[in-house]
Amino acid sequence: MVALKHIIDELGLKVYCCRDTLDRPIIGGYSGDLLSDVMAHSHAGEIWITIQTHPNIIAVASLKELGAILLANGRAPLPETLEKAEMERISVLGSPLPAFELAARLSRLF
Amino acid sequence: MPACDAEGTGKPLLRQGYAVQGGDFLAGGTVSTRIKDLLKEIGLSPALIRRAAICCYEAEMNVVMYARQGTMTVEIHPRELVIRVEDEGPGIPDVELAMQEGYSTATDFMRSRGFGAGMGLPNIRRNADLLEIESVVGRGTSLRAVIRLV
Ligand SMILES: Nc1ncnc2c1ncn2[C@@H]1O[C@H](COP(=O)(O)OP(=O)(O)O)[C@@H](O)[C@H]1O
Ligand SMILES: [Mg+2]
Repeated sequence: MVALKHIIDELGLKVYCCRDTLDRPIIGGYSGDLLSDVMAHSHAGEIWITIQTHPNIIAVASLKELGAILLANGRAPLPETLEKAEMERISVLGSPLPAFELAARLSRLF
Repeated sequence: MPACDAEGTGKPLLRQGYAVQGGDFLAGGTVSTRIKDLLKEIGLSPALIRRAAICCYEAEMNVVMYARQGTMTVEIHPRELVIRVEDEGPGIPDVELAMQEGYSTATDFMRSRGFGAGMGLPNIRRNADLLEIESVVGRGTSLRAVIRLV
C-alpha cells in the first residue's frame, strides 16, 4: 500500500481535486479508457490511469471506490467533471506523461 | 417452495424506483450511485454491493445511450436483490447478438468517450445470478437482474 500523497510527490502530479482526499492509501493501479472494461477489471483502492476527462469517469470511480483518477497525456478534466469529483470526494490528478510511462513509474512504488 | 421465491418475484421487503433520462450523459451513473448508497445503508456485504453496482451502472448507461427514458427499480427480497430496468426506446432486435461481448451500436461520440465497448450486457451477466431481457422493437426494453444474497 502506498499513500496517495507519496505517489503525487514521486511522479510530480498535478492535483485538480480535492486537496482533502489525498490521504488515502492506494493498493495498486489500473489503466484503461473503456469504461465498461474499467468497471469490470478495476479494484477498490486502485489509482485509475485514463485519458477520459468527462463527468462519467467520476461515476465509475465512485461506484468502484477507486482511490484516485490520474489523467494522462496532459489532459485536463472538464469543469463539470471537477464539480462531480467534489461532490463524490474523488481525487483527480494529472500528468503530461502517457499512460505507459505513468504505469511504469507507478509500479516501481509498489 | 414455489419456484418464484428463488427468483425474487414475491413481495419485496423494500423497493425503490428511480427515473433515468435518455441522452443525459451528465447525469449518467447518478442513479446507480444512489442505489449503491442505499445498499450500503442496508448493510449488504461489499462483494454483493460491487456486483450490484456493476449491474446498475451498465443498465443505467444503456438507457442513457440508447433509450428515451426509463426507470430503474431495486428490490430487496429476503434471499435476493432484484434490479429492474424498464425503458421506452428503440428496443433490441436481436438480444442474443446484443449479449455478445464486443457487439455495440454505440455512436462515434459515445465511443470517443469510452462507451460502446460492447461489454455492458456481458458485465451484467457475469455479475448477476440471473439476467432476463425482454425487448420489443420500437417500444422498449425491460431488463431484470437477480443477485442472490444467501
Ligand atoms: N436499453 C437498450 N435499448 C436499446 N438497445 C440496447 C439497450 N441496451 C443495450 N442495447 C443494445 O445492445 C448493444 C450491446 O449493449 P452493451 O453490451 O451494453 O454494450 P455497449 O453499450 O457498449 O454497446 C448496444 O450497443 C445496443 O445496440
Ligand atoms: Mg452498454
